[in-house]
Amino acid sequence: MNEGSLLHDAIVYLAAAVVCVPLAARLGLGSVIGYLAAGAVIGPWGLGLVEHAESAMHFAEFGVVLMLFLIGLELDPKRLIQMRGPVFAGGGLQMATCAAVLAAGLMGAGLSWQGAVAAGLAIAMSSTAIAIQTMTERNLLPTPLGRASFANLLFQDIAAIAVLALVPLLGTARPGGQPAWMQALTGVGAIAGVVLVGRFVLPPVMRLIARSEVREIFTAFALLLVIVIAEAMHLAGLSMGLGAFLAGVLLASSEYRHALEADIAPFKGLLLGLFFIAVGMSVDFGLAADQPGRLALMLGGLLVLKGAALALIAPAVGVEKRERWLFAGLLAQGGEFAFVVFAAARAADALPAEWDALLTGAVALSMATTPLLILAHDRLTARRAREQREADAIDGEGTEVIVAGFGRYGQIVTRLLLAHDVRVTVLDHSPEQIDLLRKFGYQVFYGDATRLDLLEAAGARKAKLLVVAIDDVADSLALVDLARAEFPVLRIVARARNVRHWLELQDRGVTAVERETFESSLRTGRSALEALGMDPYEAREFADAFRRRNLGVLRGLLPHFRDEAKTVALAKSGRQELEENLRRDREARRSEGGADGWH
Amino acid sequence: MILVVYAHPHHSRSIAQRALLDAVRDLPGVEIDALYDRYPDFDIDVEVEQARLARASLVVWQHPVYWYAPPALLKLWFEVVLTRGWAYGEGGTALRGKGCLWVASAGSPAADYTAEGLHGHGFDAFTPAVERTARLCGLDWQPPIVALGAHRDSAGLAERAAAYRTTLEAWTRTHE
Repeated sequence: MNEGSLLHDAIVYLAAAVVCVPLAARLGLGSVIGYLAAGAVIGPWGLGLVEHAESAMHFAEFGVVLMLFLIGLELDPKRLIQMRGPVFAGGGLQMATCAAVLAAGLMGAGLSWQGAVAAGLAIAMSSTAIAIQTMTERNLLPTPLGRASFANLLFQDIAAIAVLALVPLLGTARPGGQPAWMQALTGVGAIAGVVLVGRFVLPPVMRLIARSEVREIFTAFALLLVIVIAEAMHLAGLSMGLGAFLAGVLLASSEYRHALEADIAPFKGLLLGLFFIAVGMSVDFGLAADQPGRLALMLGGLLVLKGAALALIAPAVGVEKRERWLFAGLLAQGGEFAFVVFAAARAADALPAEWDALLTGAVALSMATTPLLILAHDRLTARRAREQREADAIDGEGTEVIVAGFGRYGQIVTRLLLAHDVRVTVLDHSPEQIDLLRKFGYQVFYGDATRLDLLEAAGARKAKLLVVAIDDVADSLALVDLARAEFPVLRIVARARNVRHWLELQDRGVTAVERETFESSLRTGRSALEALGMDPYEAREFADAFRRRNLGVLRGLLPHFRDEAKTVALAKSGRQELEENLRRDREARRSEGGADGWH
Repeated sequence: MILVVYAHPHHSRSIAQRALLDAVRDLPGVEIDALYDRYPDFDIDVEVEQARLARASLVVWQHPVYWYAPPALLKLWFEVVLTRGWAYGEGGTALRGKGCLWVASAGSPAADYTAEGLHGHGFDAFTPAVERTARLCGLDWQPPIVALGAHRDSAGLAERAAAYRTTLEAWTRTHE
């Protein structure tokens, strides 16, 4: 690839992404579909703007590696050890079940048993990139479903090594190269090497580089680190992603964790996008044109068999029953590793070339279907939720108040309302919290309150009031915007995390806003004044005056708060003015001490 | 037990009321219920207040008179503590037979409390609301202790304070 074509390719990739991804997001399809579509458009079967689809794929796989590195950074070793049960037991169960079902299906379709086993194992693995990207977009990773899925994906990454070692044994061709024990030894050695380097060598080196205070060198180092580890693992015959993940875990407790995250994240985003584009390009539309029936059959069979197997084992790996189809949808696609295994199986004469092409096509298409499956799942559940709501209405069980967010804040609000026999529906997205609260008899629904279908299901059309008690500022504002647009008559009472949030809410016309720590801080201030000898009632009056003047200052900021500089200046002068006024109040009072009224 | 229900929003800055309270503070068997210290947010604990009243043989209402009436918190205390069925009305016998002493002070001197003076009436024209409140609850109304213009009259204030102390001492001797 010469320089000109590199720039040319970059223009094509970036332009395709810039056009397709926002379009897909606008249509509610998610970014993955956008990238895949971009790939299909520019690929050899589309406009044919890019010739090097395969090298792009190879390069872009590095996005997956970076993603696993970042995921590793979020998990310190202690949590990883806690996860060993779900990873090995859950992941093992998933791989075994899916591989068995798929292999049986492939044998039924006429493939030899060796080929069926190899392909079954290959397709049993899911696409880490697609599954995690989809879960991240929907904020599913911290949920039990997300954790179970992630544990499975992690196990697949580990199992991939074993699968690759196993595939040549299924074939008739006898490959040369190292014996199995030698390979295993290299693998263990490479992992030990990563652990040792991550533990003992990296921290001092990173300190040294950080001290140089050349920011881009730290970025360069971060990238270099991940690439070297990935390459070392690759040479040792292990999964690059697994090595990067391991390195991430080792650095999770380092003080440079956030710096590493911030530096790597943009590269990960772009390369992952490129990866999806490459998948889109690699879909063999020629095959689809030649044998559309067989390809469709393969794709359908793959999704149905693997999806059913996943739904079957979902309860056993800790996924709630009502979420098992979501779990199936998330993991039903074949993964990028399947391509590698197919190639290896073909090289070992275990898989005929014709099947390789067919299965590769089916796997690539299955990756493209994931976002669509999830979308379909959403639509179905939303419809079911709507149907449920109508049933509620028939029972006359109308909700008066929806409380979004059931942390400590929302709980107090809700308890106050419940004590007054108000019919409250609570939405929260912390599953543990919800399980606990259900035990206490609260009517709590799991879900992201910023989703329209959920709000509707919670009865937002007929409710009188929405209490926004979520702690995430962006979610809070998104919810308020949504409620304002969709349910204009619904009144809103909101919790503000800070002044900025307070201003944003007021600016949206929400007047019943309380800063979450303001009142308790005033209380503590009063206690402090009392401890210094002030009469309790006087301390209260003083705090009341402070509140009044403080709110005055905030209201003064409201017309200007989008202007950062002006806000800072106004806030500063406002604070001085407030203190000055309070001082004057106090002096005036002191001089009227013992006056005729309160003699 | 003598319960002094004391209401002054700015006790520390007071002259007359502080002197009066200091005169009885140390007497044995006297409990001070300083409403503005206890309930600066006006969130009166009715059960606690009623239990305190139930233990008392003499209830003292001590407060400055401002705009011819008790301070807002004492007025609220009347409203929420002296409830129907407890303090008055059917079954409202909790306070019956207990004594009630009103200890009031006013900023204006006695000269203002005349038909020709600033307030157009003698001070006793402003007593009935409080007195009727006590009597309706079956409390035994004692001759009030009133200090007029006392914050500018230290001799007069000392005399009123001493009278207050003597009254409570006498009550303790005869009733406890």
